[in-house]
Amino acid sequence: MRREGSALHGFGVVTIKEIADHFTSILVVVLVVLIVATAVAVVRGAIDQIKEITAEDPFLFLRLFTRGGPLPLVALLSFLVPLVAIGLGFDAVNGEHNRRTLSRILSQPIYRDALLFGKFSAGLFTLAVSLIVLWLMVIGLGLVGLGIPPNAEEMARALVLLLVTIAYAGFWFALALLFSVIFRSAATAALVSLGVWLFLTILWPLFSPALADAVTTAGDVLGVLDTRQMFARLSPSVLFNEIVAVVLDPSVRSTQQSMLAALGLALLERGAIPDAPIPLLQSVLIVWPQIVGLVGGTIMLFVVAYIVFQRQEVRA
Amino acid sequence: MSDNVITAQKLTKRYNGVAVVNGISFAVARGEIFGLLGPNGAGKTTTILMLLGLTDISEGEARVLGHDPEREPLAVKRQVGYLPDQVGFYDNLTAAENLRYTARLMGLERDAREHKIASALGHAGLADVTDKRVATFSRGMRQRLGLAEILMKEAQIAILDEPTSGLDPQATVELLNIIRDLKHRGVSVLLSSHLLERVQSVCDRVALFSQGNIALIGSVSELGRQVLGGGFRVEVEAEGQGLAGRIAAIPGVQRVETAAPNRLLLHADRDVRPEAAAAVVAAGGRLLRLSVEEPSLEAIYTGYFKTHEGERHAA
Repeated sequence: MRREGSALHGFGVVTIKEIADHFTSILVVVLVVLIVATAVAVVRGAIDQIKEITAEDPFLFLRLFTRGGPLPLVALLSFLVPLVAIGLGFDAVNGEHNRRTLSRILSQPIYRDALLFGKFSAGLFTLAVSLIVLWLMVIGLGLVGLGIPPNAEEMARALVLLLVTIAYAGFWFALALLFSVIFRSAATAALVSLGVWLFLTILWPLFSPALADAVTTAGDVLGVLDTRQMFARLSPSVLFNEIVAVVLDPSVRSTQQSMLAALGLALLERGAIPDAPIPLLQSVLIVWPQIVGLVGGTIMLFVVAYIVFQRQEVRA
Repeated sequence: MSDNVITAQKLTKRYNGVAVVNGISFAVARGEIFGLLGPNGAGKTTTILMLLGLTDISEGEARVLGHDPEREPLAVKRQVGYLPDQVGFYDNLTAAENLRYTARLMGLERDAREHKIASALGHAGLADVTDKRVATFSRGMRQRLGLAEILMKEAQIAILDEPTSGLDPQATVELLNIIRDLKHRGVSVLLSSHLLERVQSVCDRVALFSQGNIALIGSVSELGRQVLGGGFRVEVEAEGQGLAGRIAAIPGVQRVETAAPNRLLLHADRDVRPEAAAAVVAAGGRLLRLSVEEPSLEAIYTGYFKTHEGERHAA
């Protein structure tokens, strides 16, 4: 028998309330200010570096994202965006439990779906707004600092970067949301989320090659590298970095390029011609599996959170 | 259809095979205050959650205003107001903002919303803290804010879980007054409590819970008669000669005790206050005070379980 009424009744109300909560939350404001301030500092460093390069580079503007100091902007994003996303999500559902508001809200004529969907979309919206602000600031600083406007191709690639970063943020937010459903204590959810983040971002890239070597049966060097890369890709940060490397540099035509270069192998060996820039669509096609992987992972985490939440008892 | 707003038929809830509510049946009539009473963990809250469709029913059937809470939860929740045990609000929002959020979840029209919020807060005695953040509210104020939410909803049924637990006597009295006010508005009230004597005064009928079962159901005086053998205790304070003898002659009076000079304690099988008053006046005495002691729920509860414990041990 079908249940009566729309599952999304009340969705908009929850979303608006949650967005208002996020933007007035001190934690979120601090995190966003932190990431924006760091980004500005990094971009200023990048501008100084770029000024020293001759203007021969046709994609000078994109270097804003990939150059600068010890930590370019994209590396900063891959590191700090998860932190903000986890900060937004770790107490989403268990916070309602602990404030004892959950049963009162669920006794209103809405389904649980509306609450969880509302919280998810509000988090995603908040992250998107913050990242758009950050992105516009970077573009603006670039315009002022470099004194040359970006061309259409560069803007399109920067836009793809923005969308991918939002998807990346979505993954970590979905992860934090899942833990906020599973763990009744907000502190536990926050620590577990941060633990998973540290593991996937820092430890996994260190350990995965050894694990890959233990299971691989490939005899040649390329086979081994392939296996290692597949293992490393279990980390969303690795996926994000692969996407970014290809999207922001039109001369990159494979996600294995830098790895092969490090081994002294040219892409020629795999039948490619290096260095000629490729169009944006081709770049996106190269990393399409990674993009799908990020979005798919986000959806999968949300579905698990949804199922657990639907089956959860309301009372403490 | 009879005029019952809530009916439960053999309602059962099992967690991992253990029944926490075990085949209970009861009905709440329109406009009455019905109390689910019993110790913590007896299954009261679980019963309430099943009636609201907030937890699955393992077995049996519930109808709330003719709707099945499992299949039509929205229809049930539109017309039922719920005050959870230790209700919580968003501390960073004001009283009015908290109600505004739930009003929008209820789908109240924008025009009606503000008026309803103001009037509900007024009825709950919170008019002067409308724009104060809930973080500053006392326990009693939070409970009243929860009742204001039910008033705003214009619910036909109010389900209150432990509304008076943790409140000081003054706050309890205020809260019970609002609950009586709900009844005067024609709202049927289902409330649960483990504090028997506090809610005794407001409940028309009660169901006494024990380990997932309803042990007794009925009005307090009915239960008193059933369990305690129907002892009415009437206290008469009067000045006059030979009153004890005259009063003892009233049909229904089983025993007369002289508690103090001019104070008599009657044990009767019914309320004999009118006859006692007449007897005092007929004897030319001065009647100073006349009161009947309702059987206390506490006594009923312990009385019931004493006998049943005994039976269990005998068996």
